[in-house]
Amino acid sequence: MKKNIFLLIVFLSFPLVMQAADNLFYVSFASRVMIYAIAATSLNLALGYGGMISFGHAAFVGAGAYAASICIVEGLTSAWLGWPAAMAAAAAAAWLIGAVSLRTRGVYFIMITLAFAQMAFYLVNSMKAYGGDEGLTLPQRASGLGNEVAFYYVVLLLLSLTLLLLHRLVNSRFGRVIVAIRENEARAEAVGLPVFRYRLACFVIAGAFAGLAGALLASHGKYVNPNVLHWSQSGELMIMVILGGVGRLWGGAIGAAVLLGLEHLITDYPIGWLERIAPNYQDHAGLGIGLVLLAIVLFAPQGLAGLADGRKRAAA
Amino acid sequence: MSWVLIAEQALNGLQFGLMLFLLAAGLTLVFGIMDMINLAHGSLYMLGAFLASTFVALTGSFTAGVLLAIPATAALGMVLEIVLLRKLYQRDHLSQVLATFALILILNEAVRLVWGSDAPLPMPSALSGPVELLPGLRYPAYRLLIIGAGLSIAILLYFLVAKTRIGMLVRAGASNREMALAMGVNIKRLFTLVFGAGAALCAVAGALLAPLLAVQVGMGENILILAFVVIVIGGIGSIRGALVGAVLVGVVDTIGRAFLPLAFGVFFQPRVASAAGPAIASVSIYLLMAVILYFRPQGLFPARG
Repeated sequence: MKKNIFLLIVFLSFPLVMQAADNLFYVSFASRVMIYAIAATSLNLALGYGGMISFGHAAFVGAGAYAASICIVEGLTSAWLGWPAAMAAAAAAAWLIGAVSLRTRGVYFIMITLAFAQMAFYLVNSMKAYGGDEGLTLPQRASGLGNEVAFYYVVLLLLSLTLLLLHRLVNSRFGRVIVAIRENEARAEAVGLPVFRYRLACFVIAGAFAGLAGALLASHGKYVNPNVLHWSQSGELMIMVILGGVGRLWGGAIGAAVLLGLEHLITDYPIGWLERIAPNYQDHAGLGIGLVLLAIVLFAPQGLAGLADGRKRAAA
Repeated sequence: MSWVLIAEQALNGLQFGLMLFLLAAGLTLVFGIMDMINLAHGSLYMLGAFLASTFVALTGSFTAGVLLAIPATAALGMVLEIVLLRKLYQRDHLSQVLATFALILILNEAVRLVWGSDAPLPMPSALSGPVELLPGLRYPAYRLLIIGAGLSIAILLYFLVAKTRIGMLVRAGASNREMALAMGVNIKRLFTLVFGAGAALCAVAGALLAPLLAVQVGMGENILILAFVVIVIGGIGSIRGALVGAVLVGVVDTIGRAFLPLAFGVFFQPRVASAAGPAIASVSIYLLMAVILYFRPQGLFPARG
């Protein structure tokens, strides 16, 4: 509990400190990390708790991003309107894709979700009225959120709500059913649970929150382009979840923070001694990130959240 | 729309499909036998192309360069398998995805360090002209060479898998790994061998496609997705499935890109057609995969009995 209060104070005071230090870049960067944390957390609900390895989660982020952007471009700038619309659009997409995909299992599920995401990607590419492959520049953020610090607090609130909801959800009857289905589908079916409907519901909820992350992302950069739906984005979200911890409450958030933080650290902070050995090493950030990811797979099979748990258990 | 155009596009589709097959064959065996999702398969394709570029420049001969790049890539693949991937077979699919994704990043940067972002691999000048196949049908000689090479490798692979002892072990591994192990198959050596063969096929595809596309960092990623589509359509672990799936994907994709915008022009206004045509064409292979999976969830030729 003490730790949580400490964390809360850190997160609440962060933008004020940064503002005092005249370093708004980090406030914006923290918002971006938290937006990805929401997206990764939503994927973790489907992938970690529901056992549905979706390789097309970026489609839902993209549906939300485009729905929210189109609202703003068409003059409906209120977030109260745009963001629920984004969640609804993403949920609808998840319902459509899930209804077909959830009939397959295993690798075939991975591939069919990918296939649908690719279709969405090309569909958005052809939407000439809304920028097509060049993307869509927004005249403004959702109204009232132009201020970097205000935006930070809104994102922080939404991330907290997302995590709280995930926590409540997985500890509810619904969550237990979802985990039971992941662990043994045949048995869940045998006790009379409507397996398909539960999985679909889980998939749709995950999609809706990915849509929220998409809406935030569009507002954050005042720009959206089809690349938010690209398969490598789905891959990156998946990496965040695996990195942080599959099926763990904080997994998505930790993964997003570590991956984006690492990227930023390597590209923007020159290390003196490394630069002397290898000038231009910062142009090869992928190498460092790759090595770190590889080390995590080999030495922390349960992800970073699992690593912390292991320590706790060892200490107890 | 003349028959020449249709024949030309069909041949282009076949050519692209056969190259996809070379990638998919390795991928489907690694997937089917070792139950391993290898995202880094596309990186081997990239390595093959870069190595070929270097060897072609060194030897001054396209043939010698390509022939040198094949064993070199195979050796790299086998080293990779022994040093790293072997540790991942027992892990779940998600760990494999993360590890091989990391490998993509590492190999991309390694290639950038050694070669830079791209490398030249010009088409051999003797093959740059067209050949008259039928009166009125002129087709690039180089593409014909690719079709020939792809077909002969497909036949070779068929004999290797269907008629030899090694092939028998491979099939045994794909249909039931535990049983093959229990029967005393040296799985470890077999895995390394299969991985090396897959890498060699990647090199062939990378080197042969290089003059048509471009040798650049990241070239492996998009084609990797297509290769996955192919093996899922064909049925995981099945070489025959990979061949049928690859040609299907190659032809549907090429024909779709060439003719769907035209076909749309007949039915819709030009403005709508020019926007929707290419989009639908890009979507067509994914649509094909979704439809096939819906009706045959195990792919066209399931390998597991």
